[in-house]
Amino acid sequence: MADQYPILILLFPLFAAVCVALAGTKSDRFCLPITLVGLGGSLLFAILTQGQAVANGPVEYFLGGWDTSDGKPLGIGIQYIVDPINGLVLVLIPLIGLITAIFSADRISEETNDKVALFYSLYLLMLTGLMGMAITADAFNLYVLLEVSSLTGYALVAMGTHRRAAPAAFNYVIMGTIGATFYLLGVGYLYLKTGSLNMGDIKEILVEKNLHGSQAVNVAFIMILVGVLVKMAFFPLHAWLPNAYCFGPSTTACVVAPLVTKVSVYIMVRMMLSVFGIEYVYSLPWADTVVWLAVVGIIGGSVMALSEPDLKRMLTWLIVAEVGYMVGGAWLVNEKGMIGTVYHVISDAAMTSCLFLAVTILISKSGSSKIESLTGAFQKYPLTMTAFLVGAFSMIGIPPTAGFFSKYYLIRGGLEAGHYAYVIALLISSLVNAIVFFRIIEVAFFGKLSDDDHGHHDHHEPVAQDEAPWFKLAPLVFMAICVVAVGLYNAELAELIGRGLEQIGGWR
Amino acid sequence: MNGALEPIVHHINFWVYVILMMIGLYAMIAKRNLMKKLIGMGIFQSAVILFYVSISVKEDADIPIISHDHSHGAEVQHVDTDKIENPLPHVLMLTAIVVGVATLGVGLAIVQKIHRDYGTIEEHELLAKIRAEEDGELKSVTAGGDG
Repeated sequence: MADQYPILILLFPLFAAVCVALAGTKSDRFCLPITLVGLGGSLLFAILTQGQAVANGPVEYFLGGWDTSDGKPLGIGIQYIVDPINGLVLVLIPLIGLITAIFSADRISEETNDKVALFYSLYLLMLTGLMGMAITADAFNLYVLLEVSSLTGYALVAMGTHRRAAPAAFNYVIMGTIGATFYLLGVGYLYLKTGSLNMGDIKEILVEKNLHGSQAVNVAFIMILVGVLVKMAFFPLHAWLPNAYCFGPSTTACVVAPLVTKVSVYIMVRMMLSVFGIEYVYSLPWADTVVWLAVVGIIGGSVMALSEPDLKRMLTWLIVAEVGYMVGGAWLVNEKGMIGTVYHVISDAAMTSCLFLAVTILISKSGSSKIESLTGAFQKYPLTMTAFLVGAFSMIGIPPTAGFFSKYYLIRGGLEAGHYAYVIALLISSLVNAIVFFRIIEVAFFGKLSDDDHGHHDHHEPVAQDEAPWFKLAPLVFMAICVVAVGLYNAELAELIGRGLEQIGGWR
Repeated sequence: MNGALEPIVHHINFWVYVILMMIGLYAMIAKRNLMKKLIGMGIFQSAVILFYVSISVKEDADIPIISHDHSHGAEVQHVDTDKIENPLPHVLMLTAIVVGVATLGVGLAIVQKIHRDYGTIEEHELLAKIRAEEDGELKSVTAGGDG
């Protein structure tokens, strides 16, 4: 049984997706419980597999038993690998999926024109695709799962009741397809040169046949890189992101914003370390250029966030800046930067989730997503705003939240590499985040309530609390605790990531 | 064949797929009609499919079906891989075709929704309507603030 854990991570949500769609033909009542069971099972097996990976090194799994015949390795068939790093990503995905599903239990039917069963079905399929992307060790299988998660993502955005959801989803389809097709083309070139699709095999063959100088391999790497950069909304390729996240259903934003870009960053790290190999990647003469592009991305995202009066849109611009952090960190030529990147994948997922959940509550309460509408929010929703504050502090990088420690590693990596522009961009971005969030805190904490509440203020009557129901607050508070926990266990986490990087082909 | 045309003729499949791909990419970026964008997307994906299929071709090779000689029992005889086309890219592209069809389906459904909501599938008209709506929202907000 224990050796079947890796595949069970994917099978639970996959079958739950089918069951939800079937159950939905009778009644919508069963949709949420089935979704929770599917994601809960997935989370359980992800944790168990990660436990095995941490204890004994990478867990390998061959689909359909196509690994050996009479004791000889066959070299065909799809392989799944769980190492300590993608194990973390694999735990993160069902966790955030589960949290968001509980959080938005009451909003689905209103946000999707009563297509509850279809929504949950797509939701589960998207998470299956994302987990598959993280777990697979087969380059073509990764493409298929990338498309599974993208196609369902397009539909999840387009299901929104906002008029502009469909145009936003259309742009997402076009950009997403360009990205995925470039990735596919890159895999084609790689297959042409190596004759293999298994990531481990490709890496060995590239070294064995001394293909690192080959033009075709260079083209393959650039194509794959461009593909994943589009998928993660790296700065000049980010145009699809803000609209897709703002106009889709809020549930979609809450689950897509923390996960999709981060999983794409992880795929980039995976491609760099365990397919092309670190020696190849850092011998590229244009590695520095990517860091400079990241610098532009960080500054660009921050400036756009600063000039944005809309709360949710501002957060989407911050995601664009954060993607710049992670790409830049990965392309610095050292271990600290890479640890920082993987650390930031985790802390950014936690804090983005926390912020989006809090903002969703605030927007549904005040009925507007403008920053001014938050006036007096601290008195009205103390717990929600406290959780929002934790997420905001993490974005700014105030200890002991997660954001501080991941930024610390990124900055150390930048200093070690001597890439001061990157360090300065990080600091400027932190400063901008501080301005952006303190603007909100000022309005929410000290802001005067508008004229119609004036009478109350004269008598210094406390404003009535108006918190969201428990099933919304509990997930939010849980995510806020996660943000702090990821920060507090920084030494253990960094050590684990360092060990994991070593296992997937990083520094020794 | 020698001379200036050699690099083109020897790599004709690469030239064809790159040209097709660029046609698709051009249509996706420059065409204003959303349907034409989707057609461009189809061409773009098909170009990569053609590329994959073309790389499995070998000179004087046969289709990848091994014939069993039943008179000598069911033993599989020695297979000369040089004489058989590589079947794997074909199989991969079956999946890619399915993915392409699904993407096109999602795209068409979204275009239909846009047409229902906005009554147009021309990008500039769509953008003009969106902008007009945004201005309207801004005006109503400021008017509300004044009142």
